[in-house]
Amino acid sequence: MAKLILSMDGLVLKEIPLTKERTTIGRKPHNDIQIDNLAVSGEHAVIVTILNDSFLEDLGSTNGTVVNGNPIKKHFLQNNDIIELGKYKLKFVGESAPAAAEKADFEKTMVLRPSAMKAAAEQAKAMAAAAGGAQAAVAQRAAAVQHAASTAAAAGIADKDATKTAPTPLAAPVSNPAPAPVPPKPAQPLGAIQLLSGANAGKELELTKPLTTLGKPGVQVAVLTRRPQGYFITHVEGADRPQVNGQRIGPAPHALKDHDMIELAGVKMEFFLKG
Amino acid sequence: MDLTQVLEIASCTDPGMVRSHNEDSIAADAANGLVVLADGMGGYNAGEVASGMATTVIITEMQQILSGSKPYQLDARTNQEVGARLVREQVLKANTSIYQAAQSQPQYAGMGTTLVVCLFYDNRVLVAHLGDSRLYLMRDGKLSQVTRDHSLLQEQIDAGLIAPEQAKNAQHKNLVTKALGIDPTVEPEIHEYATKPGDIYLLCSDGLCDMVDDEDISMTLEALGANLNLAAQQLVQMANDNGGRDNISVILVRVLREYPGARGVMAKVFAWLK
Repeated sequence: MAKLILSMDGLVLKEIPLTKERTTIGRKPHNDIQIDNLAVSGEHAVIVTILNDSFLEDLGSTNGTVVNGNPIKKHFLQNNDIIELGKYKLKFVGESAPAAAEKADFEKTMVLRPSAMKAAAEQAKAMAAAAGGAQAAVAQRAAAVQHAASTAAAAGIADKDATKTAPTPLAAPVSNPAPAPVPPKPAQPLGAIQLLSGANAGKELELTKPLTTLGKPGVQVAVLTRRPQGYFITHVEGADRPQVNGQRIGPAPHALKDHDMIELAGVKMEFFLKG
Repeated sequence: MDLTQVLEIASCTDPGMVRSHNEDSIAADAANGLVVLADGMGGYNAGEVASGMATTVIITEMQQILSGSKPYQLDARTNQEVGARLVREQVLKANTSIYQAAQSQPQYAGMGTTLVVCLFYDNRVLVAHLGDSRLYLMRDGKLSQVTRDHSLLQEQIDAGLIAPEQAKNAQHKNLVTKALGIDPTVEPEIHEYATKPGDIYLLCSDGLCDMVDDEDISMTLEALGANLNLAAQQLVQMANDNGGRDNISVILVRVLREYPGARGVMAKVFAWLK
């Protein structure tokens, strides 16, 4: 369950779970989150929560709604977003990540069947009414997703791992938080090459990109790839293959070590790692 | 017309770093200018069965048809080119085969597959797709996405709820709204585009585009365009280096030269008479 943490001047005042589809924020008492401050409009903003996605929408407030320093009209809330209303701050905290193994299952492709969607029409209608406007269509779909997913899990269709999801029929495929972002590439030393011969002798080239091509197109080209395991050189085109430390490399990528000497299209260069 | 001298095709498919088996299926027929990529889904090995059926049915049926007729011929009744109709019919045939197998054998229940089909002829490419497998085009150093996913996420983007740059963090990335073999009938999205010599077409399953940024795909095709096989391997490797959470399949097709359809004099006369 996502929640908001209300604070002022760094002091946490309240934690508000986003249990409702529509959570209103404003100065007037009928709001779900009432903030009694003149900088806050009577009906200031609303957070629409569909399954695990929460959307913040400004309701034409006088002083506007700011998320992470940027004024917004509508915003798809991400974990740790800071919503500013006058002197008050609301921090959005998404759901905690489940076990990685569980996630892998949920990422499997599933189909939303039109028939399942129809069956979910009533449920969707209620949601659409609540969400209103542009969100209606998606809310409808979202309800259909929920329905489709639950029928899929129950009937053992469409989901690649029906057996695993079956014990929790209503739950799972829809209630997983976003797949973990691509893990950051492990820190690795930056590689560079220095030309030792030819017109540009002495020149240094840092290998910051995942791919760097070297050589003369049409004559001989090789590519240096930057991978988590290190740097590799691969022959791309040309009758002759590049040499590393005097040895002609094969068709497969060749791992480069610090201070390897490369010879390519008649030019000698040295590969080295920067500390 | 034999297109082996016109199209250079390279492909690579890999189970990725997490999945134990590969549910993607790819097939290519350079002579007929046909490439097919499918990403299957369904319990146990049903996903592989569905994607395998899709590629096999479409390739073999199209081969048979193309040996007798040309996609740019005009239909006698409707006076329209037959290409789009032929492709659509074969996609529907594959749909029926998969659907019936899923209905008749309990272990295949609910299986289905996404699909991208490209048929090259007469300086054009006919593209049919279902689901979230994609076709990209690299032309004049610029990469563009040709197909639009049939997915919940794409609909959310269209509705303005999610900015495209936020899509990477969105949920429900895995929910497709159309697929082959799930329902008794299906309507593939079919479009036709003019090709140019030097174009590189990239067909891929979501295992590639979820794991590798468009920018990196573009850079790879730009840098390694001279060696398509290497480019295909490099793309798969990049997806794996980034985590490889799904099966990864890539087909690259380069258009080497123009390939106008060889229309006979009779065909022209017929067209003119109508």
